[in-house]
Amino acid sequence: MAVSVINKGTKPEPEPRVRTGGHFMLGDHACAEGALAAGLDFFGGYPITPSTEIAEHIAVRLPLIGGRFVQMEDELASIAAIIGASAAGARSFTATSGPGFSLMMENIGLAAMMELPVVIADVMRASPSTGLPTMVGQSDVLQARWGSHGDYGIIAYCPSSPQECFDLTIRAFNAADQYRVPVFILMDEVVGHMAERVIIPAAEDIPHTPRKGPRHKPGEEIFLSYAPDADMVPPIAHAGEGYKVHMTGLTHDERGYPALNAPTHNKLVNRLVDKIRLNAADIVMYEEIATEDADTIVISFGCTARSARHAVAEARREGLKCGFLRLITIWPFPEKRIRELIDQGNVKRFIVPEVNLGQIRREVERMTSLPVLRLNHAGGEMPAPKDILELIRS
Amino acid sequence: MNNEDTSNVMQVRFGGVGGQGIVLSGRLLGKAAALFDDKDAVCTQSYGPEARGGASRADVVISNDTVDYPFVIAADVLAVFFQEAYVMFRKGLRPGGLLLVDSDLVRPSDDDDIYRSVPATRTAEELGNRMAANVVMLGYLVGATDVVSRESVEKAIRTTVKEKIIDFNLKAFDLGLGMAQKDGAS
Amino acid sequence: MSATEQIIHPAATVHPIDNLLRADRFPHILCPGCGIGTVIHGYAHAIAASGLSEDRHVCVSGIGCSGRAAGYVNVDSYHSTHGRALPFALGIAVHKPELNVTVISGDGDLTAIGGNHLIHAARRNVNLNVICINNFNYGMTGGQVGPTTPVGAKGSTAPRGAVEQPFNLPYLAKATGAAFVARWTVLHVREFQDAVLRAMNKNGFSFIEVLAPCPTSFGRANNIGDGLHEVEIYRERCVIENGAQNLEELDIDLIDASKPITVGNFVDIDRKPFIE
Repeated sequence: MAVSVINKGTKPEPEPRVRTGGHFMLGDHACAEGALAAGLDFFGGYPITPSTEIAEHIAVRLPLIGGRFVQMEDELASIAAIIGASAAGARSFTATSGPGFSLMMENIGLAAMMELPVVIADVMRASPSTGLPTMVGQSDVLQARWGSHGDYGIIAYCPSSPQECFDLTIRAFNAADQYRVPVFILMDEVVGHMAERVIIPAAEDIPHTPRKGPRHKPGEEIFLSYAPDADMVPPIAHAGEGYKVHMTGLTHDERGYPALNAPTHNKLVNRLVDKIRLNAADIVMYEEIATEDADTIVISFGCTARSARHAVAEARREGLKCGFLRLITIWPFPEKRIRELIDQGNVKRFIVPEVNLGQIRREVERMTSLPVLRLNHAGGEMPAPKDILELIRS
Repeated sequence: MNNEDTSNVMQVRFGGVGGQGIVLSGRLLGKAAALFDDKDAVCTQSYGPEARGGASRADVVISNDTVDYPFVIAADVLAVFFQEAYVMFRKGLRPGGLLLVDSDLVRPSDDDDIYRSVPATRTAEELGNRMAANVVMLGYLVGATDVVSRESVEKAIRTTVKEKIIDFNLKAFDLGLGMAQKDGAS
Repeated sequence: MSATEQIIHPAATVHPIDNLLRADRFPHILCPGCGIGTVIHGYAHAIAASGLSEDRHVCVSGIGCSGRAAGYVNVDSYHSTHGRALPFALGIAVHKPELNVTVISGDGDLTAIGGNHLIHAARRNVNLNVICINNFNYGMTGGQVGPTTPVGAKGSTAPRGAVEQPFNLPYLAKATGAAFVARWTVLHVREFQDAVLRAMNKNGFSFIEVLAPCPTSFGRANNIGDGLHEVEIYRERCVIENGAQNLEELDIDLIDASKPITVGNFVDIDRKPFIE
């Protein structure tokens, strides 16, 4: 149960926006602290296990530092409200889990189409449907990429620890603003509900990428909300700034006006995809261990990567030529790096352990004819190191 | 690290029922290790239906190395405050592991002859608030295992609980610690 | 100088609300006889009369013919998804309380697919001005019935006549907490405009139902020949009753010629606003 709506203007209090120092903190709370440190202005959300601790933590903290927390009537409203707040210039955020994430899908497409930056944490639980609300899953990864109808680009980060929940949430806000896209923090129940050491840096060391604003004053010339720069990302003007923007989920021209024809649509949708695809080298993050001479590479993400890393280290101690690739951005998918690893010529097989029935394995299979071994669990528990080690030994 | 190889890892499970503060015990222990004792530690707990009504748990895995797998596989220490928790978690204690039971709330089965009976709740009551039983037990656990230093737990307490109950908690912790030292190392 | 006079004199090149319309988007998509243009006109005049810079006004809409309104007003405007105009607008209004946010959308958008958001926005008393254009059907998609379609009225999804009881929107808005509630028709141009202005000046949730003809879809299916015909119905049957207390009795039956259509500014109360 989340804390009630805060509807009063806030007065300055000695509450720090950035809680610099060492903490022993839940992943959910670290994610919330990351959002606050990143400059969160507006949170609209609906409580759902196992993400509720994010909303609760923000409900306590955000109003004290001048932001607004609203508990919405459902997830349809939550996502719409944060997109609206973003249109007014807010760094806005919501947190949810599978069933709520499903409800948000339509408006995730709206955020992609209007190119309004929003950040959404999805703390994955065992699914489909209501599934196992309090137990782990990693089965929303393809939904995060493809869940809303149509083609569009998004970014999704996949933290493996509370520290990464903090760090990647900050990165998510910056990436959302830099590329004008919805950005997901695909946590899982294990990472969200695990307490671990989290080091929060000084406020001045928190990276901040601002949105690109208009380069002329209102009224000087017509502002084009959708005229991209060389990076394919257009500058943005917000409600109340005087630029008289129009934004729509309809196919639109550079002015933002509906332009209901195939050439405009083709150009727009290609840019929405390409601004992520062609900037992938700047976006993609991964962790790699002992891949130079590896004949077996374990590819993993989120909580499962913790067991995988352990299993790979153990396999190396046993003299097995095993490497480890941890996906930190799951979208865009690190295709280039995986192809490079294949091109090294040593790799004979991949192993993809995940708490779903093969969603990321499918991505890897798409890239190679080498065997891709599966280690799947439909949800409720994560693989232990020994499970992965057995497969490496096989 | 390797929590299947027990040499370098300490796996601790607190078992009780909601309201006994077992999550706080786990968090204090994990925090002491991870922030003040130069170790790595992860704390997890039971949630939802699993945590309602019946027994609930808080697990802490502590290592000199990195803790990868966050859950207890075979507990080195099991501290229980509630009969149902004893019944549920007893089999998860590794052979030769340390079993701590609250003297007044848990009655081990007759064939379970190696355990330490810790008057945690009674001690906390004598101190003025039975809510501190978890911290008495934590003190005993630290005294019996040396898994973290007293100073680190003190720092953890000072940075976690409300200011007005810091001293009370420190007193409860030291009473538990003292009992363990009297009983001898495990 | 009134708008009518301007149209009569072709030499006039500047109209008082010229700068409030996106003339570069004309011709618009609305059908001849449609009432939505009159609503946009009233909203634009209310902006001009509000005394607030047009940069402080924001228009949000959902989907449907009425949802296109946002595309024709020259203020920051957002054409959101079906049913979600209210929470989208809430995000703007809460983040920038200095903005005057108006939601213009249709009966289907606001009360069917968006009905849950309507009751919660009213409950919260968010500072939003909601103009709900009620044309008794889903016009854009060809005249399907919806939650405002009178019993017996025909639509493409109720070819033998609607059988469900429709919403009485002012009653719903009042019951769920709206601070200002009105019902007008596109015949009542000045009264409607005045109601919008009152809504803009109210820190709280305002709900204005405005009846509008949809000759292409609803009219054709229900023997209401053209837009003018429906406006004639309003003229013959509308009874103005400002401050009416018996909202629960003020259902609209456009089909039964014996029943009056009660319009007016019904509710104007002070209630704790969402943001003070």
